[in-house]
Amino acid sequence: MASKVAKMYDLKKKRFMKKFLFLLRHIHYTIMANKLLLLGDEAIALGALDAGLSGIYAYPGTPSTEITEYVQHSKTAKENNIHCTWSANEKTAMEAALGMSYAGKRAMVCMKHVGLNVAADPFINSAITGANGGLIVVSADDPSMHSSQNEQDSRFYGKFAMVPILEPSSQQEAYDMVHYGFDFSEKYQVPVLIRITTRMAHSRSGVVRSDCREQNTLHLPSDLRQFVLLPAIAKKRYNKLLETHRFFIEESENSPFNAYHDGPDKSLGILVAGIALNYLMENFPDRKIPYPLLKIGQYPMPRKLVEKLVGESREVLIVEDGYPMIEELIRGYIPGQKKIRGRFDGSIPRTGELNPNILAVALGLPDTQGLPVPDLMVGRPPQLCAGCPHIDSYKALNEVLEALPKGRVFSDIGCYTLGALKPYEAINSCVDMGASITMAKGAADAGFVPSVAVIGDSTFTHSGITGLLDAVNDKSPVTVIILDNATTAMTGGQDSAGTGRIEDICKGVGVEEAHIRVIRPLRKYHEENVTIIREELNYNGVSVIIPRRECIVTVDKRMREKFRQKQ
Amino acid sequence: MKKDIILAGVGGQGIISIASVIGYAALQEKMFLKQSEVHGMSQRGGDVMSNLRISHDEIASDLIPFGQADLIISVEPLESLRYLSYLSPTEGWLVTNITPFNNIPNYPDIEEVIAGINKIPRHIALDADKLAKEAGSAKSANIVILGAASPFLGLAFEKFQDAIRFIFRSKEESVIEKNLEALKLGRDFTDQNI
Repeated sequence: MASKVAKMYDLKKKRFMKKFLFLLRHIHYTIMANKLLLLGDEAIALGALDAGLSGIYAYPGTPSTEITEYVQHSKTAKENNIHCTWSANEKTAMEAALGMSYAGKRAMVCMKHVGLNVAADPFINSAITGANGGLIVVSADDPSMHSSQNEQDSRFYGKFAMVPILEPSSQQEAYDMVHYGFDFSEKYQVPVLIRITTRMAHSRSGVVRSDCREQNTLHLPSDLRQFVLLPAIAKKRYNKLLETHRFFIEESENSPFNAYHDGPDKSLGILVAGIALNYLMENFPDRKIPYPLLKIGQYPMPRKLVEKLVGESREVLIVEDGYPMIEELIRGYIPGQKKIRGRFDGSIPRTGELNPNILAVALGLPDTQGLPVPDLMVGRPPQLCAGCPHIDSYKALNEVLEALPKGRVFSDIGCYTLGALKPYEAINSCVDMGASITMAKGAADAGFVPSVAVIGDSTFTHSGITGLLDAVNDKSPVTVIILDNATTAMTGGQDSAGTGRIEDICKGVGVEEAHIRVIRPLRKYHEENVTIIREELNYNGVSVIIPRRECIVTVDKRMREKFRQKQ
Repeated sequence: MKKDIILAGVGGQGIISIASVIGYAALQEKMFLKQSEVHGMSQRGGDVMSNLRISHDEIASDLIPFGQADLIISVEPLESLRYLSYLSPTEGWLVTNITPFNNIPNYPDIEEVIAGINKIPRHIALDADKLAKEAGSAKSANIVILGAASPFLGLAFEKFQDAIRFIFRSKEESVIEKNLEALKLGRDFTDQNI
């Protein structure tokens, strides 16, 4: 009885807190002076700093880069010795963050969605080891592929690992969720995934800060074997995760980020996840939704709230940015009595980012249109900057390959991927970080010789070194061109992990010194560069050519800084 | 008051600076703001656009619905036409530079582009590069365009002057003066041609 009363009290307290927090936020919204104008990325970074972060780990990737950069530029971070330098790749970042969590401190690891593929091994296993200090993984999805090779939905990873997922609908929620996520992570000793999309990452809005918290002190997990995933221990840990999962669902049922709003018109129930809420609200200028509405910001899905929505409404519209994950869950395999509408039945396009018009059409509201775009319109794709060293590298490579049948250049992910476009049309693949070297090797193994890999210095240290080792071990006849511009250019010029050491790394991996050739990608050395590339293409083994010249954008930035300091 | 604005241009032309100035001015007026930017790949000489929404009431969507933008502000003529699907057909204004930024091999005939702009029912088209040079700073074409757009933004002209002083506060006084002049030349153009 006593426990029942306590539970009732708890529930009442929670409800009160929910209302109170809502009111508080509302009041805050009207006091603009307290607000900071932040990108979603920046809101997450500031949230982490305010919530007692000790280290952020990441490899740059649009649209996640600005999270780490915000911490790097923060005075507080510097004063409090918060770790914020770039990691070699997402896997090393994830593991370092897990290590910091092991040591009892709060750690965050950030990546773009495809980065989570790279970090998948430690990520999935971190759910089994559990966390000690709060551990938050931020994955930034890119629906519509604004700057990515796919639009995979990170929520599947969260579900796969069976960890809680937080998905903000506003920059304020993004900030709040970091505080909440760290507390949650420590309460249940589990990593928490925050999933955002490009629009949340790169959209600015007002954010109100909450109280700051000190960093954790060093403290190890109470069970020192917890992180030893030998089968006997892993089985126990896995069962523990499964047991804890029902508490995650319970937390979702009562989460401040999940909310059920009743509406008088039961002909339709609407379920919106994350930022989709904003597009829905845009269609109702008075912000009053006539239908029952379930807003989701925390996973696993709150089953009772979903049942309530489905039970109350004649049909249900499910709106989520990314894959139709919730829709698939609710629709199930066997057709139910309720009509479920969403991306599968064409109510919402199957691919791409959501917007207010898509919601209007799905709701049967009038769609709005602007003026027609004249027929003369042409695309203006991104391109290599004037003076970019890659231009000279591609010109030399193209000249050498002119004599051979086309289709032998395997490339990678970076500015140089733009070499696929006119006028260079110099590359034939771009798949994932590091795939240039290994794909060239596989093609060479198949007898396709000469086979060329083109990879940037930062991509090489991210995921190219192990592939080069494979090629060396097999003496594969590949020519690896490592475009060394001493930076991670595509994401805005972040430090590159191997600057000044590319030859040494190649030597260390076992590439013969005579076949490591450094060239200067400048017009005046064109003939010389053509000769060197030709020589190495003719070599029946692994050769590395390093066209070395600093990125024109970082040179420009550096010069301007120098000029400013002189003044 | 609510204004939905599409900012358009080519990477590096300074549309984010325009957004910052308008944003600062709006915040001083205690308005709500949402601004969605383009980062990453598209910045390398490609087309860039930004959704900027300011309002005295809370704003829902980070994206402006099609056909509902009050204003397209463009630093480049071809780019001014790319996002017409966002412009309100009944009330929207287009304010654009007429000096092309030609970094593509198939840039359409500029006369046809200008003709396309002239077909828009409410538009202001000006040579912002020329006016920027007159103001003493060739780089300030974006601020000229902002000045030309200022009558349609629902904020007093002084608010933009204050915002420029704030946004460029770390620069020399002469830079601020040139930008204020650029702003004024753009404003004068619209006042005389509306």
